[in-house]
Amino acid sequence: MNELISSTVTILQNELYKAIYETLIMLAISFSLSLTCGTVLGFVLYLTTNGHSVKSKIVNKVTSALVNFIRSIPFIILVVFTLPFTFFLVGTKIGPIAASVPLAITATVFLARLVEIALAEVDKGVLEAAYACGASESLIIRRVLLVEAAPAILRGITVTFISLIGFSAMAGMVGGGGIGNLAVQYGYYRYETGIMIFTIVFLVIIVQIAQHVGDFLAKKLSH
Amino acid sequence: MIKFDSVNVVFERKNEQFTAVDNVSLQIDQGNFYGIVGPSGAGKSTLVRTVNLLQRPTSGNVFVNGQNVTSYKDKELRDLRLGIGMIFQHFNLIKNASIFSNVALALRASNTPENEIKNRVYELLELVGLKDKADVFPNLLSGGQKQRVAIARALANKPKILLCDEATSALDPDNTKEVIATLKSIKENYPLTVLFITHQMEVAKTLFDEVAVMEKGRVVEQGSCYDIFAHPQSQAAKNLIKCSIKGVIPEEILAHEKDLYLITYKEECAYESVISYISRQFNLDISIIAGNIEYIQKKPLGRLLISLKSSDEQSKAKALAFIKEKAFVHEFNGEI
Ligand SMILES: Nc1ncnc2c1ncn2[C@@H]1O[C@H](COP(=O)(O)OP(=O)(O)OP(=O)(O)O)[C@@H](O)[C@H]1O
Ligand SMILES: [Mg+2]
Repeated sequence: MNELISSTVTILQNELYKAIYETLIMLAISFSLSLTCGTVLGFVLYLTTNGHSVKSKIVNKVTSALVNFIRSIPFIILVVFTLPFTFFLVGTKIGPIAASVPLAITATVFLARLVEIALAEVDKGVLEAAYACGASESLIIRRVLLVEAAPAILRGITVTFISLIGFSAMAGMVGGGGIGNLAVQYGYYRYETGIMIFTIVFLVIIVQIAQHVGDFLAKKLSH
Repeated sequence: MIKFDSVNVVFERKNEQFTAVDNVSLQIDQGNFYGIVGPSGAGKSTLVRTVNLLQRPTSGNVFVNGQNVTSYKDKELRDLRLGIGMIFQHFNLIKNASIFSNVALALRASNTPENEIKNRVYELLELVGLKDKADVFPNLLSGGQKQRVAIARALANKPKILLCDEATSALDPDNTKEVIATLKSIKENYPLTVLFITHQMEVAKTLFDEVAVMEKGRVVEQGSCYDIFAHPQSQAAKNLIKCSIKGVIPEEILAHEKDLYLITYKEECAYESVISYISRQFNLDISIIAGNIEYIQKKPLGRLLISLKSSDEQSKAKALAFIKEKAFVHEFNGEI
């Protein structure tokens, strides 16, 4: 028992800092990118859904098809699939920064759909009243759509963040490093049960915190 | 001033054409409190929504203050809408925004400078008696209060026209009274043309100067509110008004009594004395079954349901002719 603990502690002393750092890099890059791109893409999907112009119909069809295409690829395949693109973008195929590219792509399309759903739930009557006030499209987006959909969007963001944590562990396996990688390398391949348990507990705590913060903020914004 | 000129609205429904508004021509004068009544699905909302082009007419033209607005787009359309307030059955407030922000939205729509917005919002909330609710969110308000917020929002840019689509239909009687009182007091102090849809006849009576009755997309009757209530011509109008007086008369009486006549007195008329006069003069046995007086546009409208019994058909006819000089008389069979 003591041996198990001391070996676990040794490994953690050597590896934990780096693993946390790598996970943070992956999450920070992919989360911030997907947050902006995903929200924008979600708005594009929503706003072009009922568009009457040919242009908006084309935009909707193309974006929607692209989103579905990416979402149907299993993440681990996506990582491999995007390697050339990743290399072109960041000049390397391994490490947390490289892993952030497929992570950001997956999370972006995931969030885009959630944002689209959140916007579609906004009461049509409220939008109509805003149009009847003479409000412009941009005012309605900022002051009505965003405000009414905010709690649902926030819940979507929380879900996205939590699945990013899961995906980042997978990205770790293909060279991204991070906490997930720690679990696989030591806990799985080297039978370091202590490490396995530690990483699981660690991830559970992170996910719990993320969920609580998300719920709290969503609640604050909904009335 | 609002003018509908041969307005049609046709919806496509699964390869089928559905005419929701059928060749409607109407004129609503400046300052009028104009009502549109009619059964559900008559096309009332669709018609009213063509005024601010929430619904574009399939054909025909809509004029607002003399301008043909039918083809307005973008900036022109937004400017038109700034001059037309609208309130809805379900209030349509932004529920995640404070009362203040809800009203401020309309001011932002007209690019009111931020530093003026605050004063103007408080001014508007004061107008509807909700100044102390500025920081509250809509779900904490009663229905009547929500509708008053919606009124404040609708009036934010000092419109000349206010459209109301079933504005009191989702409210209980107390809240309805509250909203009506607010609308009336605003109308008194402010030159506003109001176009108000309702299926509540009680509301129609208290509010409207003029009424149009719609049925199946058409305007089937139109005129002063008083005249339509006193003497409805179309079946649609009769059906609507029937509801408001029929309730007074028990079914049993309708079943037993024969020779029932409904007398509708217009304006001032001491009908009690008329009844006793004809009863004596023509030697008739008259019993009064029911009677009521209501005020429409501040003018009294009296209705009396009598049973005229006489073996002498001639004196009965004479009596009826005598009353007809003073009032509308209908043989009553549960309808009017
Ligand atoms: N966007 C639409 N597409 C298809 N049909 C519609 C649309 N809007 C309204 N209709 C139809 O047009 C008809 C008239 O609708 P409208 O809402 O104007 O009636 P209304 O008189 O306001 O009735 P209510 O008292 O129930 O509000 C209805 O049969 C309705 O189903
Ligand atoms: Mg309607």
